[in-house]
Amino acid sequence: MSNIPFADKLENLAEEASELALNAANLSGQANTATLHYYSPETSIPILHDSGFSPTVVGLTIFVLACFVGYYVVWRVTPSLHSPLMAITNAISSVIIVGALIAASPDSMNFSSIIGFFAVVLASVNIAGGFLVTERMLTMFKKNLK
Amino acid sequence: MGSTVSSFLYLISGICFIIALRGLSHPATSRAGNYCGVVGMVIAIFTTLTLEVVQNYAIITVGLLIGGTIGTIIARKIQMTALPQLVAAFHSLVGLSACFVAIAAFYQPEAYSIGNKLGLMKTGALLEVALGLAIGAITFTGSIVAFGKLQGTITSNPLIFSGQHVLNALMCGVLITLVILLCYSQSPAAFWLIFFVALVLGCCLVLPIGGADMPIVVSMLNSYSGWAATGIGFTLNNHLMIITGALVGSSGAILCYIMCKGMNRSFFSVIIGGFGKKSKNIRKSQSESNQISVKEGDAEEAAFMLKQASSVVIVPGYGMAVAQAQHALREMANLLKAKGVVVRYAIHPVAGRMPGHMNVLLAEANVPYEDVLELDEVNIQFAQTDVAFVIGANDVTNPAAKNDPSSPIYGMPILDVENAKSVLFAKRSMAFGYAGVENDLFFRKNTLMLFGDAKKMCEKIIQYLN
Repeated sequence: MSNIPFADKLENLAEEASELALNAANLSGQANTATLHYYSPETSIPILHDSGFSPTVVGLTIFVLACFVGYYVVWRVTPSLHSPLMAITNAISSVIIVGALIAASPDSMNFSSIIGFFAVVLASVNIAGGFLVTERMLTMFKKNLK
Repeated sequence: MGSTVSSFLYLISGICFIIALRGLSHPATSRAGNYCGVVGMVIAIFTTLTLEVVQNYAIITVGLLIGGTIGTIIARKIQMTALPQLVAAFHSLVGLSACFVAIAAFYQPEAYSIGNKLGLMKTGALLEVALGLAIGAITFTGSIVAFGKLQGTITSNPLIFSGQHVLNALMCGVLITLVILLCYSQSPAAFWLIFFVALVLGCCLVLPIGGADMPIVVSMLNSYSGWAATGIGFTLNNHLMIITGALVGSSGAILCYIMCKGMNRSFFSVIIGGFGKKSKNIRKSQSESNQISVKEGDAEEAAFMLKQASSVVIVPGYGMAVAQAQHALREMANLLKAKGVVVRYAIHPVAGRMPGHMNVLLAEANVPYEDVLELDEVNIQFAQTDVAFVIGANDVTNPAAKNDPSSPIYGMPILDVENAKSVLFAKRSMAFGYAGVENDLFFRKNTLMLFGDAKKMCEKIIQYLN
């Protein structure tokens, strides 16, 4: 008979455990949503991305990997094409125009959008000029190829 | 368009840029690569235009049209000999537009969702804005000074004054302090001070660097323009800008490394600047003391020697670019080829004012791609060469780099023209090269000096060849 209170106790423990587990699950769920929607109180900027990584860390990962890609790709460029390489890298670095377009885009004119407009102009000079000069050079090289 | 779709399109655009660079591994694939780059840029622009924040299409269209027209006109009109200046000028535009984007982001952070409605920004975002701004500003003024030096509006001699390095170090210190200050206070004063100090620093960094070190400077600025794009990419959390900036940055850094190696100098010594200034006086007095005469020849003799040769290697240098002698040179080479002479071109990695400068000029003059050899390929062939025709080059042929440990160019890889049976030097005068050192080659028995303008000399030789 001494077994019965023990069984009772076991049952109680199991109930408590399941309750605890449920609470834990609830809490972790809350923690998740808190992570998703957590804003720093003064700035109301989301501090974390959905993935739980800060955007800077994600950016840094991409940056480092892209540096390696750049390293291996550029070493394979033949030295005779180093001038066109400079011209084309110059053209693609004008991808900064993405930022300029966003700056220039608001409906209402303000200081930022005017500055953004100039940035768009400068970057597009570079895009058109860079790709065309590269094209001119490469045409000359192609022409002399047997 | 949803942010997932736009991120995906940006990724495709990044891949296009990588393929574009990959295409440059051979001239046959290079043009396809360039088109790929254009496609990547078009995707990037259109993707951005479909973003929700972009509303005012009129002003954007106007901006794109103005910029595109100016760029097209410049690219079509530019002379190939002015290419180094053009590249420097384009770098300055990238730098300035990076600054502009940084300024716009600082004053309108909510447009890029890096700040709240009150315009308050996170410390990380402020740091990234400051970096983008500073690198952009250094690229901008540095490239303008480089442009001036290449164009000849600013003296290409190194500009050195006492306390220069202290001043530069001081400015770097001030810049770092200001960045820290900005991160803590987000004060517009600190922001603008960073801008102005970086502008001045950009000038001061390039001014002490002399003309023949320009390939290194141009590569360095190329690299900076990439890092500036990366900085802005971090600010705006745009992965395409980070990828592209990293590609461009590492490309410039590699070119810089190749150029430094071609001169056997450390990047740091180039940045410190002033190369070839001190050694000039010492060397001059030395050459005065040992008056050995050089053998001077004329075009007729040169034409005779070239005609008799069975193989000729032409070594072009910056002097050829200045005299615009590439067309006359190719004509001369064609005549020799018609007479059964094997003609090749040897290009030193640092010849000219930007990486690959000579290759472009020779390509412009329709020199067959296969005839143009690099340092390692050609050096093993000089022993079987009858005539080495050096036109407008000097330091890159100086044997002192191999056998005089006291020479400032000691250790620099050179073209072994001294192994050829005879050497012709087409030069304007006996003046020193950039390194300010005497070239022993001028005084050797098998060397013939041809004084005068490189282009006129080639034209005269052509007359005698006919």
